[in-house]
Amino acid sequence: MLSKKNKEALFNPLSKDNPVLVQILGICSSLAVTASLEPAIVMGISVIAVLAFSNVIISFLRKTIPTNIRIIVQLVVVAALVIIVQQILTAYQYDVSKQLSVFIGLIITNCILMGRLEAFAMHNSPWPSFLDGVGNGLGYTIILLVVAFFRELLGSGKLFGYQVVPQWCYDHGYENNGLMILAPMALITVGCIIWWHRAHNKDLQEN
Amino acid sequence: MNKNSNIYQILYAAVMVLLVGSVLALIYMALKPKQDENIANDTRKQILSALHIAAPDESQVKETYEKYIIQDLLVDGEGNIVDSAENVAFDVQMKANVKLADAERKLPVMKCKMDDGSIKYVLPVYGAGLWGPIWGYVAMNDDGNTIYGANFSHEGETPGLGARIADKEFQDLFMDKHLFKDGEFKNVVVLKKGQTSTNGAEQVDALTGATITSRGVSDMLDDCLSRYEGFLKRLQGNTQVAVPGEITNVVKPQ
Repeated sequence: MLSKKNKEALFNPLSKDNPVLVQILGICSSLAVTASLEPAIVMGISVIAVLAFSNVIISFLRKTIPTNIRIIVQLVVVAALVIIVQQILTAYQYDVSKQLSVFIGLIITNCILMGRLEAFAMHNSPWPSFLDGVGNGLGYTIILLVVAFFRELLGSGKLFGYQVVPQWCYDHGYENNGLMILAPMALITVGCIIWWHRAHNKDLQEN
Repeated sequence: MNKNSNIYQILYAAVMVLLVGSVLALIYMALKPKQDENIANDTRKQILSALHIAAPDESQVKETYEKYIIQDLLVDGEGNIVDSAENVAFDVQMKANVKLADAERKLPVMKCKMDDGSIKYVLPVYGAGLWGPIWGYVAMNDDGNTIYGANFSHEGETPGLGARIADKEFQDLFMDKHLFKDGEFKNVVVLKKGQTSTNGAEQVDALTGATITSRGVSDMLDDCLSRYEGFLKRLQGNTQVAVPGEITNVVKPQ
């Protein structure tokens, strides 16, 4: 079940081969949905689900897919899964689906997905592909959560919508940093995380 | 079988699209009722918000709405009530409604009874922001002149700039504004700080950095609220217009 290779497929994307920090993929959505923690979690779960299942489906089909139209096949599979996720969210998580608006639909264009399908699922059997999908989805989700944590805390003084910065701080002149809510600070936050991550992983540094 | 032959590729694509299409259609049909209910509840929440009412929790939105909204009305330009069937105003699709010719446009009004017994009238408005549609609900006091509250929503205005029309801070600026001055309809306008309206209408400060969205709100109020001039004048003359069960001036729709 979890051979050494499978473990690598699952755990490498969490840090050493993180899709956001190392491959710099999926930046667009990680800037857009991280103003607070709740949409970030829902987005992360959605990406994990879509990525894992599209990896499995493509892996099952990989021997039948005609090479010339393989990108189209991958896109159709991803698009179908994304639409299913969107429909389910509208039915059961309406407020969150409104917050995430176009970004669920834009999972289709998330480079992490096409990247994993082309690089992994087309050449591996379903079970490792599933693990690879979950691993990469988790790697992406972790970064979303870290960014969202700082943005929600410093930008709104809240975590998961609950006030954590006490009122007396505001009474003594503390103010929420409105810039944290906007996309530029998200980019800078991601940049800082990448900086920290590379400083702690010597093997990622170029000479 | 040759995987790269044309026939194989075309068949593969065709079968795949058929399969995926039918699966999606099934899921859509299965989830549609639940989704429609969510959208309707969201609209109810917006209407209640214009009245400064919040449902105690998510599951009670519909009950709360039905408790306060006592009657749905459709009025005409002169203020006559043309229809008062159940949910007749709630069911008006404003998006399609604002595109109709002036004569065909419906003017929905939702009549509400507050806890203290006072009567409010909610008027839906719909217009365009910078990136997409904006819409809202304006609650009027029964003097037909004073705004009791307002709620605005948008589809995709810029977060932090135009999207702030959905914030309470902006919406509260509309409270207690008067639409009439010396008996003449003036509406309320959204203007940059320092500007004054040309016709003496009462004004609300525009949002900094969101000129076009603010103008959109102003245009939306101009387009939608002004059509209610007749209805509001009736209210001013007679606060007893259309108390449920005592509708006297109903004109049957043609």
